[in-house]
Amino acid sequence: MRTEDLEQLEIDLLLEGVYRRYGYDFRQYARGSLRRRIYKRVLDERVASISSLQERVLRDPQAMERLVLELSINVTAMFRDPTFYLALRTKVVPLLRTYPFIRVWNAGCSTGEEVYSLAMLLQEEGLYDRTRIYATDINERVLQRAEEGVFPLDKMRGYTENYIKAGGRKAFSEYYKAGPRGATFKRDLIENVVFAQHNLVSDRSFNEFNVIMCRNVMIYFDKALQNHVHDLFHRSLINFGVLTLGRKESIKFTSHENCYEAIDGLERIYKKVK
Amino acid sequence: MANYSLVVIGCSWGGFHSLREIFNVLPGDFAVPIVVAQHRLAQGPDGLHTSLQSASRIPIADVMDKEPLLGGAIYLAPSDYHTIVEGKYLALSTEEVVQFARPSIDVLFESAANSYGNTLIAVILTGANEDGAEGLRRVKELGGYTIVQDPKSAIRREMPEAALAKVRPDRVLTIEQIGPHLVELCSSKVGGDDGRP
Repeated sequence: MRTEDLEQLEIDLLLEGVYRRYGYDFRQYARGSLRRRIYKRVLDERVASISSLQERVLRDPQAMERLVLELSINVTAMFRDPTFYLALRTKVVPLLRTYPFIRVWNAGCSTGEEVYSLAMLLQEEGLYDRTRIYATDINERVLQRAEEGVFPLDKMRGYTENYIKAGGRKAFSEYYKAGPRGATFKRDLIENVVFAQHNLVSDRSFNEFNVIMCRNVMIYFDKALQNHVHDLFHRSLINFGVLTLGRKESIKFTSHENCYEAIDGLERIYKKVK
Repeated sequence: MANYSLVVIGCSWGGFHSLREIFNVLPGDFAVPIVVAQHRLAQGPDGLHTSLQSASRIPIADVMDKEPLLGGAIYLAPSDYHTIVEGKYLALSTEEVVQFARPSIDVLFESAANSYGNTLIAVILTGANEDGAEGLRRVKELGGYTIVQDPKSAIRREMPEAALAKVRPDRVLTIEQIGPHLVELCSSKVGGDDGRP
């Protein structure tokens, strides 16, 4: 057996074991990125192989927690892709104004950068008071961090630039207080946010939404799982509801291509039409 | 003789000019897909693919997630993502920067090597850092064909030198020789000699 095939087998067994022991299903995650992250655990746990990592993870729930964290953290930034937020402001906000109540699902919210960005935008547009944002992630630890709302101070310069390019109307620094732990964001930004654990692989739809935001989350899934999640989103959106994806994710290569029309094709903002 | 199925190219400082020189000699019907990781600015459209396109007969586009790898196309790793080869598809990731870079050449090369083994050709060009050396080592380890630009002919020599410190490549070539050599390697589907012992 070639080394690559042996490694594939070890990864298969690890994922199967994790699924049967803990119920977390990473079996349909894209393998390239998964492999890198698993090797990072092998290194940090100081074990000799993926098989040894499997033994530890199955017997030690804390090692499992560290693995979940490694596999599920997705690095993002406030107002990542400023032009996307600008398009939200100019093309989606007018649509949202027509609804008396707005439900937004930020699926795979990770440490919350998008939630806070969205909350600022909706506050400035005067829509926040009639909005509820459901921010979900598979990982409870990152949800706690998102709820705390403390972000590294050294990121603020970049975020401020993004905020300005995204059409922000205030001084970005009005939204946070700098302290020894970092930049603590104002609590009223998450007044209408519900943080909840939700697993896109195995959990069902839990509401009907006007907007679903899921950017750079499905890139970690294989095509079959992507289609499964698209099905979930499609069933969770109201008619003419808005789906937004990451800048390099297209609805084009998915099973639900024909269910959406582009509101802004370049920014991957789509409207459900059937 | 191996039948090559994928070419990956990594470059940084000076890469733009070097890529143009290579693409300029490739025929429009070059049958093997090419994926390029060129370090680029994190934010916004930088027009890299349109400027490269003017030197290439092969269509060039930024990678989209889960895009199938097809012959007769050049795929450019988009800024602020890692590009990962997943068998016959390309996938993206926003994991942390590797070697200060996103896209990282190491990430592209390692994933390509894992999927393509001895049917992969990997090329390291000019650059001012050490990204790509580790990835090239993995390519070589899994039997892929490795090319490093001659540091003397590179706009910045640090990247090819770092690669040469880690790997003894199949070829060290000047920028003018790389394009024709790729054509040679990829056009002779049967027979021929790739010059490897």
